[in-house]
Amino acid sequence: MKRKHKRLTFIVLGMGLLATAAALMLSAFEDNIVFFYSPTEVLDKKLGAERRVRIGGLVEDGSVKKAGIEVTFRVTDLANVIPVTYTGILPDLFREGQGVIAEGRFVNGVFRADEVLAKHDETYMPPEVAEALKKSGRWQETEKTLKRSGQMDRMGTAQ
Amino acid sequence: MIQRFANPNRFMRLSAAVVPWMAGATVILGAAGLYLGLFQAPADYQQGESVRIMYVHVPAAWMALFCYTSMAAASATALIWKHPLADLAARSTAPIGICFTFLALITGSLWGKPMWGTWWVWDARLTSVLVLFFLYLGYMALVNAFDDPARGAKAAAVLALVGFVNVPIIKFSVDWWNSLHQPASVLKLGGPSIHPSMLAPLLLMALAFTTYYFWVLLVRLRAEILSTKIRAVRLRQVHG
Repeated sequence: MKRKHKRLTFIVLGMGLLATAAALMLSAFEDNIVFFYSPTEVLDKKLGAERRVRIGGLVEDGSVKKAGIEVTFRVTDLANVIPVTYTGILPDLFREGQGVIAEGRFVNGVFRADEVLAKHDETYMPPEVAEALKKSGRWQETEKTLKRSGQMDRMGTAQ
Repeated sequence: MIQRFANPNRFMRLSAAVVPWMAGATVILGAAGLYLGLFQAPADYQQGESVRIMYVHVPAAWMALFCYTSMAAASATALIWKHPLADLAARSTAPIGICFTFLALITGSLWGKPMWGTWWVWDARLTSVLVLFFLYLGYMALVNAFDDPARGAKAAAVLALVGFVNVPIIKFSVDWWNSLHQPASVLKLGGPSIHPSMLAPLLLMALAFTTYYFWVLLVRLRAEILSTKIRAVRLRQVHG
């Protein structure tokens, strides 16, 4: 074997081992890498009041109630629902049907958030197109595919 | 093929011809992309005008990964085949790549505050890009840390290859783990989920950033080769 072939084999093998090591490490630390838990995961893992967590999902339609700066809403992954209370200013993108991430802890079964972040989906279009889609009745379609393909996968229901 | 272009003299002749074309393409594509992106493209139905940050952020992030991949490929070529230009190409790519990474981090932060409600979070995508930034920094420190440039190049090449595991992690971080950062819009199954009127300026800007990279890379490479030649001439004079 020529020297450069030796070096090539060495580097290819080394990269392979390195990738394996990285994959093992990342899968071992998966619980620490996920940024939030979906309502279903919260129930499965029985996350209690003792720990600060982030939960994520869609803001349930018709669940947002504002009283002054105190807001209550429900976070859903279309399988399970968690009630949330929050006092403070909400980000611009916060609205019903949109992805949301809340950080805080559980108090008597209600999630008391001290930070609420809006999750943006990967759809970009001009307002006129969104308007036209809504008018022609195809909005529900896009929304459904969106939730199925984009957001909801990462909200935990697809698992 | 690579052997032919790896000859420094041939490279100097070829690159002298290519540099003005790359510069011209960067200016024209960049101007067209910015004009379309900032003035012609519509506002987004959710993000409003803030969507325009994307026309810089996304190409910068793509180029941050592209530069690192080129740097790792050049480093592997240098380690295995000992091509004289490969080390120089890797060394010249690092500062360009770190600028793209920095730009992606800053523009992302500026977009995140109004949209997400935060400048920064430690989610998988943001954290892995920050790691990329530090990998570039580490590479640049290591490549210049030795008195003998050849030793620095070799050590840095190994670092570039080891750090390459981070590139697929960045790309797939939004698919593998729950993250605040949204998943890919352009390169995804089922076609892009971005309106053509916004995709056009985005792709123009991506092309402009790519030609910019090759333009600056060629200029840097030419300077590196010239300084190597000057060093050789000086050494010859000293040793008579």
